[in-house]
Amino acid sequence: MLDKPNSYVGRTLSRDAAKRAVAGRGRYTDDIAPARTLHAAFVRSPYGHAKILSIDVEAAKQQPGVTLVMTGAELAEMCTGPWVGTLVCFDGMKSEPQHPMAIDRACWQGEPVVMVVASTRAEAEDAAELVIVEYEELPVVIDKETALDKSTPVIHPDLGDNLAFEKMIETGDVEKAVAEADVVIEDTFTFGRHTAVSLEPRALLAEYDPGTERLTIHTSSQCPHMIQAVFARTLGVPEHNVRIVAPDVGGSFGLKIHTFGDEIAATAAAIKLARPVKFVADRLESFATDIHARENCVKARMAVSKDGIITSLDIDVRSGAGAYSQYPRTSVFEANQILNITGGPYGHENYRATTQVVYLNKVPTSQYRAVGHPIGNTVGESLVDQAAAACNIDPMEFRRRNVMRDDSYPRVSAAGIEMRDMSHQQCLETLVERMSYDALREEQAELRKQGIQRGIGIAAFIKGTAPGPAGYYGAGGAPISSQDSCTIKLEPSGGVICMVGVTDQGQGVDTVMGQIAAATLGVPMESVRVIEGDTDAVPYGGGTYASRATAIGGEATYQAAMTLRAEILEIAGVLLQAEPDTLDILDGHVVDKGDTSSRISLAEIGRIGHFQVAELPNHIQPTLSATHRFRLRDALYIFTNGIQGAYVEVDTDTGFIKLLNHWVIEDCGRVINPQLADEQVRGGCVQGLGGALYEECVYDTAGQLQNATLADYLTPMAGEMPDIEVAHIQTHTGVSELGAKGVGESGTGAAPAVVMNAVNDAIRPFGGKVTAQPMSPETILKALGKV
Amino acid sequence: MSESKLEISLSVNGEQVTRTVPVRQHLVDFLRTEEGLTGSHLGCEHGVCGACSVRVDGAVVRGCLMLAVQADGAEVVTVEGLTDTGEIADLQENFVERNAMQCGYCTPGMLITASELLKDPKPVSREEIRNHLSGNFCRCTGYHAIVDAVENTINKRLEEG
Repeated sequence: MLDKPNSYVGRTLSRDAAKRAVAGRGRYTDDIAPARTLHAAFVRSPYGHAKILSIDVEAAKQQPGVTLVMTGAELAEMCTGPWVGTLVCFDGMKSEPQHPMAIDRACWQGEPVVMVVASTRAEAEDAAELVIVEYEELPVVIDKETALDKSTPVIHPDLGDNLAFEKMIETGDVEKAVAEADVVIEDTFTFGRHTAVSLEPRALLAEYDPGTERLTIHTSSQCPHMIQAVFARTLGVPEHNVRIVAPDVGGSFGLKIHTFGDEIAATAAAIKLARPVKFVADRLESFATDIHARENCVKARMAVSKDGIITSLDIDVRSGAGAYSQYPRTSVFEANQILNITGGPYGHENYRATTQVVYLNKVPTSQYRAVGHPIGNTVGESLVDQAAAACNIDPMEFRRRNVMRDDSYPRVSAAGIEMRDMSHQQCLETLVERMSYDALREEQAELRKQGIQRGIGIAAFIKGTAPGPAGYYGAGGAPISSQDSCTIKLEPSGGVICMVGVTDQGQGVDTVMGQIAAATLGVPMESVRVIEGDTDAVPYGGGTYASRATAIGGEATYQAAMTLRAEILEIAGVLLQAEPDTLDILDGHVVDKGDTSSRISLAEIGRIGHFQVAELPNHIQPTLSATHRFRLRDALYIFTNGIQGAYVEVDTDTGFIKLLNHWVIEDCGRVINPQLADEQVRGGCVQGLGGALYEECVYDTAGQLQNATLADYLTPMAGEMPDIEVAHIQTHTGVSELGAKGVGESGTGAAPAVVMNAVNDAIRPFGGKVTAQPMSPETILKALGKV
Repeated sequence: MSESKLEISLSVNGEQVTRTVPVRQHLVDFLRTEEGLTGSHLGCEHGVCGACSVRVDGAVVRGCLMLAVQADGAEVVTVEGLTDTGEIADLQENFVERNAMQCGYCTPGMLITASELLKDPKPVSREEIRNHLSGNFCRCTGYHAIVDAVENTINKRLEEG
């Protein structure tokens, strides 16, 4: 069905949303402005940790335009209770109950304390300045390395210590392998704290109708049904009375799958006042309240035989969370993923991985694009490069000897992860060819003679995509669906409506679902309309996260379209007095399978099926619609694989890194729209490069975030980024008929690893080595012993 | 704190408007909330991201760093205006065809900044295009596709003279 000539599947088609965006006709949450909308602003804790002694809101209440001032205690009265950001699948995990706004104590700088609602945002901010909060500063815990020391204060005394979660994976016998190894590489890697920096900040517009008791929330979200459940449960509104609409979403990257107290507060205000209330985070609020991620330190060791075969890997991960575990997805996923994926491309049989996730007086951490993968891949791939150098084996050849063989699946990795349908060898050989590896090595050597220091980086990777129900969220007790759904309908006109639970934030999810539906049904793209991002319209689904939209939602769409197709052919068979299996659907017409001559149009089927049902025998009751759901059966994830290459130049006098070329070869299974898949990879790479080179949320010892502006928190801009060459190997996954795996995070997952390897390749002749990200010029000069 | 107001008259996308605005209101807030021109976006409100870029008297400015009252007497053009005149229709078409945006939030600012290279097009390298766009933050695309779209548009214009 999908592989027919001229199929829409496998073809580049442009997005309708793009046509709107270029005309400035995108419709983001803040662009929606119903009459009598009020605006919320927040008084936030200026301290990393402080007792709240008193709150005086009288002056604020008297300000012009102010309709409501609400404290954390007042908000708590409207809520069903505090959140606890734990999941039962994380054995032994603990977190302090958290209220949407602080009540007696603020635990990070930026935590909301008082909400002011006024006619304009400016008036709300004016009044917020007049709220007087008396604080008593408490000691802060900032350093994850000392967070568990006896001398360190405990942030939440009820928890007993600052430990959120610990875990160990052990396979085989690491100590024996290390004792028997010819080469043992040992190193410590540190990673700065990042945040998503979606260009559109978090935004929400809540409206409550006291008559019908319906709550409608427009919000910049990836997961409307999760938000529906969380908001309904927190505010005590029946879930079916809550409608969540995600209009155009201006970037998300995992940020917009979480729950934020200020959004709950603004929604509570809308219920209390029965007027629309809008909250849009400004950039300072984004830095100080959006989830953070990536703050980890990893001690790692790799054992290798002298012929360059990896025999064991062990890692110990200290992960710095924030003041609470983020509800409902927790703050421990990152560490858990590092354990799952480090060394994941390779066939060693001995593995030990431990982690401790600790609470800090910083912004809560949680899932951000490619959760854990940038860290695990950097650690694993840096050790591989160091081991190759120690064995005096070319790093590409070293990987060639160690990657899992393409004919060895299904298998289980040393971390206990089921692997199937992967292609490390094919990806590696494709990369060798695409980057002209041998010629590049020659060029590098030639330029060294001229004093130009260039480095070549390689990083193989795996990426967990499209998580299944056996794993974490739903199984852990959170209202998050790992299934996804499609309802597809044939309209009387012959048009097709396709309603999906997965959502679009610019990836082109709607276009991809439309391509799958059109190809499966046999109708022109123009006759398919895809609806997403509205809980009143679409069947229940998890939304978009963890590279799942095409792999899970795409299969649901394919299955639904297959069912509708069968019904159309059954009705056509009755009308034409033909066996359905002698018929096909092509370009919106039921055709004779043999000579493809048109027998009846879908518009005619639609007309008869809706209006002229008397033409059909009584035993045929047309529904002309179908709903399907899809989930993984047994697998934890659909793992994908790939390899990246990078070519960089390091100025050894200034420490500046110039990115020259970047290659990505990856295997996301069946590619539905090549251009959209490529662009996911490119954008993802640059996000990873940002983290590797520039980005870090810097805290001082008092728990003050030092760089909460876009001028101080550096992100990749056009001038510094390279062109990125992308190629796909398409090993279809066997877990679905569509065969698609996830693609959205593969660039991000390995870009930090490949660029660090390239930099180290450039400075290795000088005895330099970098193991900390971001790799600032200062870091490079330190590594070279120049400062 | 004060909400003192002033009357301003200016041209917005070729239409003369007179409005009374708070003196502290930024130009981009004025365009978005008073004029309903929501194509210009707010990304950082401190002049770094470029999402609020508009043209004022022919120059590209940050709508978040200029007050509405400063635009009194000026000619302001937003992405909606540029779309209506057709001035950058080819650039927009290339953006769509090359998928030079994902979420689309940076796109209006990116188009307005890129349009400066099209006024009197000269052969430019990809590096020059990258440098020209360096004040516009895009978190989605990684810029490669945007550079392609701008490059294609310039080359086409040069070919067609």
